[in-house]
Amino acid sequence: MLAPALSPTLAWTIYLSFLGALASLFAGNKRPQAARVIALLTALAGLAISISAVVQYRPGEVLTVARLPWIPQLGIEYHLAADGISLVLVLLTGIAATAGILFSWNIEHRTAEFFAFYLALIGGVYGVFLSFDLLLLFVFYEIAIIPKYFLIAIWGSSPRLGQKGHAGTLREYAAMKLALYSFAGSGLVLAGIIAAWVVGGQTMSLQALAHTSFSAHFQMGVFPLVFVGFAVLAGMWPFHTWAPGGHAAAPTGASMLLAGVVMKLGAYGCLRVAMMLFPRGLDPWGIHLLGLGSWRDVFALLGLIGIVYGASIALVQRDFKLVIGYSSVSHMGFALLGLMTLNQIGLDGAVFQMFSHGIIAGLLFAVVGRMVYDRTHTRDLNELAPMHLARAIPFAAVVFIFAAMASIGLPGSSGFIAEFQILIGVWRSLPQMAAVAGFGIVVGIAFTWRALTKAFFSSGPANAAEDPLAPITWPERLGAFLLLATTLAVGLYPRILTDLILPSLDSPLFEGLRTGAWR
Amino acid sequence: MTGIGYLELLRLTLPEIAVALAALLAITLDILLAKHATRKIRIHAAVFVGCAGCAAAIFLAHNSPAISLTDGMLVFTPLTTLVQTSLLALSILTLLLCDSIRFTDHIGEYLGLILIATVAMMFLVGTQNLLLIFISLEFLSLSLYLLTGFDKRRRQSAEAALKYFLFGGMSAGFLLFGISLLYGVSNSLDLRILATAAGAPNLDPLMLIAIVMVAIGFGFKVAAAPFHFWAPDAYQGAPTTTAAFIASSSKVAGFFVFVQVVTIGLAGAAGTPAFKPGWAPILILLSALSMLVGNLAAIAQSSLRRLLAYSAVGHTGYMLIGIVAHTPQSLAALLYYVLTYALAALGAFAVLQALDTEGVDTLASLAGLSRRAPGLAFCLLLFLLSLTGIPPLSGFFAKFFLFASALNTGDNFALLWLVLLAIAMSVVSLYYYLRVLKQAFVAPPPEGSAPSETPPLTLATIWTIAGLVVILGCAPNLLLGWIDRAVALSLHP
Repeated sequence: MLAPALSPTLAWTIYLSFLGALASLFAGNKRPQAARVIALLTALAGLAISISAVVQYRPGEVLTVARLPWIPQLGIEYHLAADGISLVLVLLTGIAATAGILFSWNIEHRTAEFFAFYLALIGGVYGVFLSFDLLLLFVFYEIAIIPKYFLIAIWGSSPRLGQKGHAGTLREYAAMKLALYSFAGSGLVLAGIIAAWVVGGQTMSLQALAHTSFSAHFQMGVFPLVFVGFAVLAGMWPFHTWAPGGHAAAPTGASMLLAGVVMKLGAYGCLRVAMMLFPRGLDPWGIHLLGLGSWRDVFALLGLIGIVYGASIALVQRDFKLVIGYSSVSHMGFALLGLMTLNQIGLDGAVFQMFSHGIIAGLLFAVVGRMVYDRTHTRDLNELAPMHLARAIPFAAVVFIFAAMASIGLPGSSGFIAEFQILIGVWRSLPQMAAVAGFGIVVGIAFTWRALTKAFFSSGPANAAEDPLAPITWPERLGAFLLLATTLAVGLYPRILTDLILPSLDSPLFEGLRTGAWR
Repeated sequence: MTGIGYLELLRLTLPEIAVALAALLAITLDILLAKHATRKIRIHAAVFVGCAGCAAAIFLAHNSPAISLTDGMLVFTPLTTLVQTSLLALSILTLLLCDSIRFTDHIGEYLGLILIATVAMMFLVGTQNLLLIFISLEFLSLSLYLLTGFDKRRRQSAEAALKYFLFGGMSAGFLLFGISLLYGVSNSLDLRILATAAGAPNLDPLMLIAIVMVAIGFGFKVAAAPFHFWAPDAYQGAPTTTAAFIASSSKVAGFFVFVQVVTIGLAGAAGTPAFKPGWAPILILLSALSMLVGNLAAIAQSSLRRLLAYSAVGHTGYMLIGIVAHTPQSLAALLYYVLTYALAALGAFAVLQALDTEGVDTLASLAGLSRRAPGLAFCLLLFLLSLTGIPPLSGFFAKFFLFASALNTGDNFALLWLVLLAIAMSVVSLYYYLRVLKQAFVAPPPEGSAPSETPPLTLATIWTIAGLVVILGCAPNLLLGWIDRAVALSLHP
């Protein structure tokens, strides 16, 4: 193991976000421009800090960010640290947050409050990725719930097309559903981590718990609790139902964050807590039920169902935003399936997919929510078709084409690297599932193609006497450029990320996983 | 009784005397001022006298020696000092809120009654004698009935007081019956001597009846289901400051004495969760029922006060888990829980007081609060989220400590199902607390509503409580460490 490295500045990603939230509140709703600038500067500072941390990072080490006693008699520390996997997701958060703020530039209603909730959510997300104390991780995880609720309930739109009822009621329904699902999931996690704390000698340190040998019996009991608890937020089928509605109802910036980073909190928790601390929970039960012999089979199957189910539902949606919402379920199914391969390339692909999907989903929601919906005020694909958007807003069409190509995993994009690795991993350890996952990719191509042609390249007659749509603004251009550049950079030179992820998977933290079911 | 002189007794009860004197002074001063001074000055004078008395009592309580008189009449340990200090602090906050009361002209009497109730709570906490416990409890209850019915302009206030009184009187009967049986079994009123009688290997059937009676009696006091029926009416009908007082201070005192009676007096008669008779199985039943009834009934409420009352029943259910586990760790967690709960509940009622919603307190009346009074709305957010158990607010750590200590009893997760139920019910509670916050933050303000004005002292009090809720959340060790030390010094296993 390398000498412990210190990087106290990383903690400022968290502190700055919360301070930025307060500053935005103090700027007040009457000075929206000040709130926007504060939010953008805060996000940029976070991005700069995370980039510098990634650049200075030496592969395989664990950066200690802060370590202070917090509640010593219960063995709880204020311990922030980062390894390569954390850094990948911290980098993702920085990029997604910045882009999300650029695409929220046109929020005029209660602007300061919007950015305050937004930055509070970002602060919580950074905190989860940087926590190396189980309780601290949980604290940040729950901090993220409340801002999500208000972002959707106050600034959102109706989650379904043509549904009867007041739009406000419907978006509040979606917001409440999301909050309750998240909180219920975190309740399962809480029960699991308390059990681990009691049995593991009353410490909450992730490093100490990772080296505690819990009995196999205990791990098999706690693992599904914690895994499901986190996987709710990762949109695992059948607990995904909050996701499409929540994404569709949320304002663009919040959709980008929800799909971009909040779902990753769940997947990250699955890997960092459930799988890292209770690796033997994945061992075979010794009996077969319905052809399933372990929790690993169960969750791999659920991930697989998510891939095909999400893609199939996306194929028949009329609502453009719901297409993207269900595609998130499908792509996160890949991340979960990748985690369950339990081999190095599959796990690497899963983390890669978390990053890649965060960028691509952000881009897709930016096009649909900000560029199209905010201008046309409809998300109905049948109504968008006669507008000839490819001619009306060509920039949006071009961005969407690139995003769609990345989303279906064309070589040269980050989606390709991620899903290719996951497929190889699945082929090696769960070959019977690889064919179905491949089928999921095909359906993915189909729904993306359908949405693309219907929304942008429909050949029907044009509507007469349409007002010209507002031109694309500079914040939109910048945000789109940032996200497109990221997906291309990572797609063309994947070692930016794999050099961070792979050595961390080889670190002593994941030893239990490697010596157990790892193949 | 040993021969302890009156002078010595006076010296030992100096903190209580300070508060009692403040009560008398507040009443006298108010009578003297009534003719000559404005209402504002009278309130300020009474609040100042009351706060000064409580502050003096805190100072005196910290300097009093740890003692234990025979018969357990007066027992001062670090733990009782801690609880008395907290009670006095909560009373000070309640008194400060009273600065903006408008429902009565009898200011001195109202504040005096709060102070007298505080004296009763201090005696209640500082004794381990069954008779003195009963007397102080009734003393406290009597003050609370009066405080509940103090708003003579509204019939609901009188109705609430009557309901509270009838239920309370009945519970007192149960409690007294139980205490008389306990006395019959042990031949002593001292909890520590009672413990030796209760610790017999085979539980006397008479003892079991006594335990049930005591559980019912205290169940009424702490509003555990199915003995909670007074709570929604009392919370709704009582003046806001009274409701705040009942929800905060009297809850703390009630739980502390409950803990003392069952963990000291009935230490050997706990039984086990798995069907060995004793008080633990009874309390498990009360706990599960309270969590279910409180949280599920709160969903259906359209009145904010009734919602808070039912959620209080739910919180009682969580707290009972701490008594059931009865390890030093779980009792410390319970104290942390009840104190932080009291703060958050006091804060929520304080916001209601600031909004001056006497009588009208539907959820819809909060509509658009975040734009009419952003500060109040933000504080309400903190209080309700703390009650839900969202970090980094103190309510989260209270729940975490309580659940962790309940699973850490070393008997192979015997209370796991109860903790899982509690976690599930916390999820339910998020729903109804968010419904309130939705009105405050999402719903548009009613037409033509002006920004509401809050008296500065009330506002300062609310911000103080909010600050405490956040600080005790971010640095829970400030309070928990203190409680842990006090528990370690005071509880003799």
